[in-house]
Amino acid sequence: MRTRVALFATCLTDTFFPDTARAVVRLLERLGCDVDFPAAQTCCGQMHHNTGYRAQATKLAKRHAKVFDGYDAVVAPSGSCVGMVRDVYPDLHRSTKAVAGRTYELSELLTDVLGVTDVGAYFPHRVTYHPTCHSLRMLGVGDKPLSLLRAVRGLDLVELPAADTCCGFGGTFALKNADTSTAMLADKMSHVLDTRAQVLTAGDNSCLMHIGGGLSRLKTGVRPLHLAEILASTEEEPWAATP
Amino acid sequence: MGRNPVTWLGSPTFPDAARKALSDVQLRGNLAHATTTIRTKRAAAVAELPDWERLRAAGAAIKDDVLANLDTYLERLEAAVTARGGVVHWARDAAEANEIVLRIVRDADADEVVKVKSMATAEIGLNEALEEGGVTAVETDLAELIVQLGDDRPSHILVPAIHRNRSEIRDIFRAKMPGAGALSDTPAELADAARAHLRRKFLTAEVAISGANFACADTGSVVVVESEGNGRMCLTLPRTLITVMGLEKIVPTWSDLEVFLQLLPRSSTAERMNPYTSVWTGVTPGDGPQSFHLVLLDNGRTKTLADKVGRQALRCIRCSACLNVCPVYERTGGQAYGSVYPGPIGAILTPQLGAGTDDPETAALLKSLPFASSLCGACYEVCPVRIDIPQVLVHLRGKAVAGAYTPESVAMAAAGWVMASPTRYRLAQRAATALRLIARRGKIKRLPWPGSKWTDARDLPAPAKETFSAWWRRTRG
Repeated sequence: MRTRVALFATCLTDTFFPDTARAVVRLLERLGCDVDFPAAQTCCGQMHHNTGYRAQATKLAKRHAKVFDGYDAVVAPSGSCVGMVRDVYPDLHRSTKAVAGRTYELSELLTDVLGVTDVGAYFPHRVTYHPTCHSLRMLGVGDKPLSLLRAVRGLDLVELPAADTCCGFGGTFALKNADTSTAMLADKMSHVLDTRAQVLTAGDNSCLMHIGGGLSRLKTGVRPLHLAEILASTEEEPWAATP
Repeated sequence: MGRNPVTWLGSPTFPDAARKALSDVQLRGNLAHATTTIRTKRAAAVAELPDWERLRAAGAAIKDDVLANLDTYLERLEAAVTARGGVVHWARDAAEANEIVLRIVRDADADEVVKVKSMATAEIGLNEALEEGGVTAVETDLAELIVQLGDDRPSHILVPAIHRNRSEIRDIFRAKMPGAGALSDTPAELADAARAHLRRKFLTAEVAISGANFACADTGSVVVVESEGNGRMCLTLPRTLITVMGLEKIVPTWSDLEVFLQLLPRSSTAERMNPYTSVWTGVTPGDGPQSFHLVLLDNGRTKTLADKVGRQALRCIRCSACLNVCPVYERTGGQAYGSVYPGPIGAILTPQLGAGTDDPETAALLKSLPFASSLCGACYEVCPVRIDIPQVLVHLRGKAVAGAYTPESVAMAAAGWVMASPTRYRLAQRAATALRLIARRGKIKRLPWPGSKWTDARDLPAPAKETFSAWWRRTRG
């Protein structure tokens, strides 16, 4: 029986990084899943919640729970959005508890639900991996993403120094404490550059947007790329971003 | 009064203070070195214990029990201390506590007191209050002494002079320590100078003032842990001992120390056991101080206890593990937090202890503190009493923005309205593609305020030509 998975694209990925969501679809279909994309989805409410607007976050959470009701598994290519659903939703409202237990971050779905580490990917580049705080500490994904990357053919995985230190994004923190955020970003970028990697990957486009925004500003030539896009890439069909 | 001693008067908001600190090259270097060293050691010390997670859970459970039954334990402690010859005083706030201490010092005819490193007395500004009352307080913890002699403010709970390196310390000693003379910056020589300076103070002091790490409600025993032995000198040599202790420092029984004396040293100094653990129970005739006063300090604690989410901050045992792993603290240092409690724990403790201030500048600082975090969660991971600091930060952010009508609250309401409807969300996505007009090769380089806060240091990707949902509708819909 094929596993039916609902894709929660997240508002950031949907709007700014559609390639990541398309990569998730391609990857999961290649692994034999039926992927559904509930059209009424918008945002999980994390930004509101983390900035202190709990009532508005609760409204969005209730909507989100309704939109994804009835699916056995919901997957999102974002550790922090899944962290919001998994960790915070149970405290918000009784109607937002159930969806929490059925929502997975991409590397968790692949490893824990589908039971695969070798997804048949091919990506002949030097890559370093930033674990992202919420994947690491809220979800506890551990080395699942690294195991997936190690199984990718052609990929040269370089360890990122001080990998588990925050990149300084933190949602509205990047605006409210822009100077501190920038200081954290500078250190993260210097570690990325130390690896001499061509590609920086992570399981979260928000952190990648932050580090990538700095790497691009300084013309470092390092490319941020979501884990899903690496895993979607095969020898026959290399992953190509939308021009 | 009107003074709120939990924060330093005139402190700017966190972002403003941080901006200044971030450009202090010496501070950045000192802190990066010190915090990296301590956190690496802590990780190794903690990894030695197979039951560390269970110890953390036990520590949290014991403290939660104390907080839930604080009235009972406080009365039990008072009875036990009194029965063993101590005198217990109750202080509602800083002013009351300072007044009580000053009165006892005067009764003992002392004009100089030696002090054991203590967060509670720093919180209430005791040294300044004593000075106003004509009493000189001498800090005897080496790092506190450096801060005091340098006319400086502390920047770390355990290592208040962490922002200083040894050549800066040498300069402070040379300038402020009588007879320090030609001093090199080798740690041994600096320690010798401090030792000679302090020894004179220990031998003449009539009164000592300390804080408490723990107080056992069943026996009335008070505990101070330290590394240098200077605390031990203060706790044993003078005739009068005054201990100022936050209400929440209680543990129910003597045997509960088993848990905390494992959690605290490994979390704070990364030691299996700290070198000096001093325990005293009331007064022992013929041995140590013959007059013991215990001042139980509220100063915002019962108010904090009333907050279901926020009260977990009162579990804190002041180990400072959260500071040492915090990426924000590592870059801004402790003084940016405007209080004796810096770092993640300060960001949740200070706004609660100081709530209700009538000083607008202090109120602005207190409101800014819960936002001084990227919510990365490193603090929660290391906290020996499992304080969910990110959860409390978010909770206090909610209190900070409640009822406010600001550009941010308007933007949040607008975003909430847009996201509440798929139709409005699609329209907003379409509108956002207009940003592509100002992008160069898919990157936006410059935005007006508040977007400039982002684009000052980073590019922003332009919204995609075709969103994922549009692609799905077009190809699969």
